[in-house]
Amino acid sequence: MSTKTLTLAIMDAPYESANSTTAFRIIHAALKRGHQVTVFAYEGAVNLAIKAQQPHANPVKGTTVEEEQHPATKVWVAALFRLAEQNGVQLNWINCGLCVDERGTGDWIAGPRRGGPKDFIEASLSSDVTLVIATR
Amino acid sequence: MSKYLLIESRDSFESRDSEKFLDLVGRIAANGDQVILFLIQNAVLILRKGSMFSSKLRELMHGKVEVHVDEFSLRERSIQEWERPDFIVVSNMDQLIEILMEPGTKTIWHS
Repeated sequence: MSTKTLTLAIMDAPYESANSTTAFRIIHAALKRGHQVTVFAYEGAVNLAIKAQQPHANPVKGTTVEEEQHPATKVWVAALFRLAEQNGVQLNWINCGLCVDERGTGDWIAGPRRGGPKDFIEASLSSDVTLVIATR
Repeated sequence: MSKYLLIESRDSFESRDSEKFLDLVGRIAANGDQVILFLIQNAVLILRKGSMFSSKLRELMHGKVEVHVDEFSLRERSIQEWERPDFIVVSNMDQLIEILMEPGTKTIWHS
């Protein structure tokens, strides 16, 4: 199987849409199959890798933090970077700087970098495939 | 002949948009192009036999549209094998990536 490059544009904020989960699944499948992936995260998706995310307990269900096992999206982003490294492929995660500034969310885990719409165009032009998962 | 991968993520019961997207899928196939309709997330809800979209799906199948469905989405919504049409292809992300990455495939995600 030859290595190809996928550029994926996502815009849904964490925890608000099944699109985010599916995007993670797509990125995971592409990296596992040895493809290079560029993610252009804009609008709410720039919040997917915020360092300050914290899991929480659920007082309604009576669960502790450990029991609830609430997934923080930053953990999944970090796991995707580890998968890319293990497979010897590249994951480029670009957070749109305009969207970051609007939301004041510039403190990410290691891995993502700041960019802009120009990066998306350049990534798309140099990729084999571009997929845009639009929000509603 | 072109090849299209058309991904529907929304529930046609919830939005007329999604219903119209299924019409679009049919029209593209009627042009003679190769079309794969990939249902994921709430879009799989229309698969239950007897739903008002059963005849639409069958019509697409007869129009040579391959209907692929995300297995994870089916499990999340507890849509059992006996509840869904037998002509669908139960699929997953690995297979989606394979189709997506085929040269010449035009992909649209409908949100």
